[in-house]
Amino acid sequence: MSQQLTGAQIMCEALIREGVDVMFGIPGGAIMPFYFAMWEYRDRLRHVLCRHEQGAGHAAEGYARATGRLGVCIGTSGPGVTNLVTPIADAMMDSTPLLAICGQVGSHVLGKDAFQETDITGITMPITKHNYLVKDPNDLAYVFKEAIYIATTGRPGPVLIDITKDAMQKSAIPNWDVKLNLPGYKPTYQPNRKQIREAIKLLASAKKPLIIAGNGVIMAGAHEELRHFAERLRLPVITTLHGIGAFPEEHPLSLGMPGMHGWVHCNRAIQECDVLFNIGGRFDDRVTGKASTFAPNAKVIHADIDPSEIGKNVKVTVPIVGDARLTLQALLEELPSREELADLHANASDWMEYIRDLQDRHQGKQQYINRASTLNMSLPPHDVYASLNQTLAERGNYIVVTDVGQHQMWAAQLLDWNAGPRTHITSGGAATMGFSVPAALGAAVAHPDKTIWVVCGDGGFQMTNQEMATIVQEGIKNIKIAVINNGYLGMVRQWQELFENKRYSGTPLSGPDFAKLAEAYHWKGITVEHASEVQAAIDEAHATDGPVLIDFRVEREVNVFPMVPQNSSIGDMITEESGA
Amino acid sequence: MKQHTIVALVQDRPGVLSRVAGLVRRRGYNIASLAVGHSEQPGISRMTIVVESDYVEQVVKQLYRLIEVIKVSDVTDDPTVEREMVVLKLHVPPSARHEIVSMCGVFEAKIVDVGTSTMIVEMTGAPAKVENFIEVVRPHGIKEMMRTGRIAMVRGARGHNAEQYVETGNGMSVPTLN
Ligand SMILES: Cc1ncc(C[n+]2csc(CCOP(=O)(O)OP(=O)(O)O)c2C)c(N)n1
Ligand SMILES: [Mg+2]
Repeated sequence: MSQQLTGAQIMCEALIREGVDVMFGIPGGAIMPFYFAMWEYRDRLRHVLCRHEQGAGHAAEGYARATGRLGVCIGTSGPGVTNLVTPIADAMMDSTPLLAICGQVGSHVLGKDAFQETDITGITMPITKHNYLVKDPNDLAYVFKEAIYIATTGRPGPVLIDITKDAMQKSAIPNWDVKLNLPGYKPTYQPNRKQIREAIKLLASAKKPLIIAGNGVIMAGAHEELRHFAERLRLPVITTLHGIGAFPEEHPLSLGMPGMHGWVHCNRAIQECDVLFNIGGRFDDRVTGKASTFAPNAKVIHADIDPSEIGKNVKVTVPIVGDARLTLQALLEELPSREELADLHANASDWMEYIRDLQDRHQGKQQYINRASTLNMSLPPHDVYASLNQTLAERGNYIVVTDVGQHQMWAAQLLDWNAGPRTHITSGGAATMGFSVPAALGAAVAHPDKTIWVVCGDGGFQMTNQEMATIVQEGIKNIKIAVINNGYLGMVRQWQELFENKRYSGTPLSGPDFAKLAEAYHWKGITVEHASEVQAAIDEAHATDGPVLIDFRVEREVNVFPMVPQNSSIGDMITEESGA
Repeated sequence: MKQHTIVALVQDRPGVLSRVAGLVRRRGYNIASLAVGHSEQPGISRMTIVVESDYVEQVVKQLYRLIEVIKVSDVTDDPTVEREMVVLKLHVPPSARHEIVSMCGVFEAKIVDVGTSTMIVEMTGAPAKVENFIEVVRPHGIKEMMRTGRIAMVRGARGHNAEQYVETGNGMSVPTLN
């Protein structure tokens, strides 16, 4: 193909060649040539007009996390692209493949403080996997190819391309066949066999072995391999917040979530284990607590695709660099015979018994119920989760998108995560309030056949709820929102209650009538104030052929337990009985 | 605080210097000096960065995250040849000329400009020797000073070679068993 195209047309062609079929964005002066060209391609490149670029960015993230494919967002120069900064940082923290396409002022005025000029490549340098400034249409075909390759391979992440307006307007003959030249970027997918054998040796000799599974398992599609591996060795499996979905919680080897709001038995198991195998997790400080006190008795095997993660927070005995799926496959290939594993099997079964006993003694879920009934709450948050949990399990085919705060931790704790990878989407690393509603929009675009449930707080909901209009304009019907409305920035209030003597500085929060707000957006809005109304509301949401919001006016001052105070050992947990 | 000498091979593209410097800045470490120039391979530059920090292991590892960084080594404790150049404009009245000229002879410094009351001298050597020379001439009055920053090269066959790396590919950044 040696036809002259405008830079903007080359951009569209490049996206289509890379398999992109939907983008989320907002136009403006500098990016107008791209929108002009996009019109010709509208049957192949769907554009979803968002109400805020932050929404566009999170929608692209939601799309990416629901599918594993690249998410694409668009903003215009200046405020358009600075509004993309938060989702870009979020995608960086959670390793989400994201492409941000930015319009820039004309190259002749670049650096002259032109109208709506912002140095977005400078701003986003530390929060992108890579970024580009393109001033020549001849570079576009190559840059798009390279950018998408970088965003989607190795440890995925956000890549930004800033394109001057004239580079989109001028014409060039695109060269689609240039080979990528990235001598410094060669992600390691195949693990080193020697290390694989070391890992097996260490695990086989363990008395108290443990697996921690993180986001890497989901991104690599390694959940089946993880299950086989855990079953073959009979190892208990802990799943991090981002590992939810990597291992079914109903599985007899599943323990649940560790860390700041993890279960007591999970954290105790970590503190007592002698071999810890972390696959695809990065030992975030919300998992480790005070890192120097983490897993004091354990030899650690850490498998990650990013070599710079290994040894960053926790000392590692066997480092494995590679893709989670290939790593687990290699481990399965190197497994010793059943006889050789006999000791391990015996030890692991005693160990599991011990952990289950701990679990029975610290019934985290039950404690929420006990506390609600002693205090005679009219709508305990727990009841909302219990009904939702049961309904989701019965109906299947869903994705839950959570926001950031207490409601997020309750969702992680109280819903039973058995529906597989990519059914739990949340902002973990950056913990970006306002993530959930736009991310659900992206997930709904990706999966029109699934029910997308948003579980968000009244605080986060008020940050980005304008995307409810986008959802209506796009004709999306499969989104249901549950606002866990406690009238507080609840998670911060909880810290104030526990550590600052209830000085509720800046946390009581009012809002509009959310059901009426929903109605104003042409959604169905339902208000629930009593536990007895919860199930009917959830059923009505499912029965309604269109987007529905339920405002759950829950008990205001309920806490998330167990809890590890910041920078403490995960062995020291505050529980419902001890803390409240 | 310890000074670490880091040598990095990078693709010669706009912004690469900024990215490398940014990774160090993010931790609040000071860069004592930074020298960049073309390497033996077209399109690839070699940098020597002197970082003031007791702990640079994470910086070295995370530099690999940068797409354009091909190879990084902390050569602080390796046998290296280190060089730096300083150019000094000295206040030299005719009466002091003779002494400066003989001092330059001792340090193998070159006199590159002579004015009525000034001289510009150029001196290249190991960083400690450069430091020493500066101290020796300082009493005469330094009007201007400019240093290139350190460049470092590992001695012997063990190289830090672009071509070699390009061929061997990904294994480079895999940490070894401890
Ligand atoms: C954008 C952003 N601002 C501030 C915070 C700090 N923060 C963490 S949780 C939280 C409270 C969230 O309140 P709400 O959305 O009502 O959820 P709740 O904890 O009450 O369930 C705040 C303010 C954040 N994570 N993100
Ligand atoms: Mg709240």
